Amino acid sequence: MNMAELSLLQQSVVLLAALVLFLSFVLLAQARLVSAIHAFAWQGALIAAVTAVVALIQGAHHLYVSALLTLVLKALLIPWMLHRLVRRLALERHRETIARPALVASGAVALVIFSWWLVLPIIADKLGFTRNIIAVSLAVVLIGLLMMVSRAQAVAQVLGFMSMENGLFLAAVSATGGMPLVVELGVAFDVLVAMVLFGVFFLQISDSIDSLDVDRLNRLREADAAADPGVGGVADPDDGGATETGARDPNRTLGADVTVPASRSAGEARP
Amino acid sequence: MSSSLTLLGWLLALLQALLYLALAPLLVGWVRLVKARLQGRRGPSPLQPYRDLRKLFNKDTRVAHTASPLFIIAPYLVLVATWLAAATVPLLALELPTAVIADLIVLAGLLALGRVFLALAGMDVGTAFGGFGASREMLVSALAEPAMLMAAFTLAMTAHSTNLSSVMATHLAEGLVVRPSYLFAFAALVLVAIAETGRLPVDNPATHLELTMTHEAMLLEYSGRHLALMEWAAQLKLLLYAVLIANVFVPWGIATTLTLGALLLALVAILTKLVLLGAALGLAETLFAKLRLFRVPNLLNLALLLGLLGLLSHVILEVGA
Repeated sequence: MNMAELSLLQQSVVLLAALVLFLSFVLLAQARLVSAIHAFAWQGALIAAVTAVVALIQGAHHLYVSALLTLVLKALLIPWMLHRLVRRLALERHRETIARPALVASGAVALVIFSWWLVLPIIADKLGFTRNIIAVSLAVVLIGLLMMVSRAQAVAQVLGFMSMENGLFLAAVSATGGMPLVVELGVAFDVLVAMVLFGVFFLQISDSIDSLDVDRLNRLREADAAADPGVGGVADPDDGGATETGARDPNRTLGADVTVPASRSAGEARP
Repeated sequence: MSSSLTLLGWLLALLQALLYLALAPLLVGWVRLVKARLQGRRGPSPLQPYRDLRKLFNKDTRVAHTASPLFIIAPYLVLVATWLAAATVPLLALELPTAVIADLIVLAGLLALGRVFLALAGMDVGTAFGGFGASREMLVSALAEPAMLMAAFTLAMTAHSTNLSSVMATHLAEGLVVRPSYLFAFAALVLVAIAETGRLPVDNPATHLELTMTHEAMLLEYSGRHLALMEWAAQLKLLLYAVLIANVFVPWGIATTLTLGALLLALVAILTKLVLLGAALGLAETLFAKLRLFRVPNLLNLALLLGLLGLLSHVILEVGA
């Protein structure tokens, strides 16, 4: 397909799709939650724009409805809900430390190449000018998945999930000219309900572990409690007692950790 | 192609190269004027860089005791390498002999040559400032060069040639085509240009004797004629990148035939583009603060990513099966 053969509107669809892909990368690399939410909102707005321009080109009126739905839901409502949630959890100034950002970005580039390779047989079938966008939408889905895997922050994971949904929607618009309106409405409500549920979950998680870092859910609660206050609190008042607690149940995972400082302080106290 | 390698072609190429030398201080003066006005100062006249250069050429040249001969020849080498690099970028007309015999990779190589001598000269005297300036310059350019080559390859894939004048000719022949790969390559080249010419988010061109400087730190030991040559080379580099960006992405107006009318039109066109680009640079420098040195790699990684996305979007979106 030669770009110069396309009309200006068709070229702009391709351009918007490329920008959607770029925003996926921005989302993946953005450490500040509020900026990531803004990037997600822009991605939603761009997908709404793609849908509207495709509707204009193909004269498909039902696509205008889904463009409007996408704009309201993905670019306004969900970002607003996420923003409110972040404010309630006092995470506005939160900067996540992303582990190995360069590796994650190169992984995302590899995913783009992989999805292009995957889509090559589909592209060989004539599908109209939007067929090349399928690879981009698949890449957006995979990068959303990568974001869910690589981030520890629950809000960032939800952003990854939502951007996966963006990619699926872009695939539907570019491959088949949009899903039937009933399906689209159903998906839209599903996403909205998922968002509400995520909100409830966030509040629960942050209530119980005081953070939204889901990696901390892997740790055992008792082990945490034993590691932190156990060393300082028990060793100080009574040396003999502390050594006993350490020795009493050797089956405990952190038994060794507790005994070492306690016996050392016992040794210092003796002379 | 062979018709352009005539005497007239070479004469025009020489004229174009001299025009680069003549225009370079003016662009810097214009950017400074825009910045001064935006900051609420009157600012010096845009001709001030010419006066500075004249003043420096008339002054005595002092060389440190510890300097080796390399320190003395480096300014000449840096200026000549940058000037040769500039001569390969079409300013007024396409298919001049200098543009035909050299391509984007030669351009990157000549710029790298100048940079190596600049860094060596910075380290030569053995002061601490020169050393850290050189190490920072190398850090920035080691990260900027891959991004520049990615952007260059993106352009080359569309035009099926790494030659700048063919890239521009292809773009001219196509007319207005919105290519996502061009947009990404443009963004990548702008970031690379900012980093390589030492403009604001990366290096502050208006400061001396601060621990944040990069380019100025290497020139601290230079005086008189040598300093003038180094400054001129830096101004030339800014003009080179500005013309590269303006003529590759907005080539309209550049002369495709070597007639007097077309060349005059091309001169007006490129001056208009440079005025706009310089104003944009001045505005951007007023709006952005300097980036911490350890953040600069992030900026250049973004440039590399943009270049890669340009390549990928060309392959995925523009070629198809």
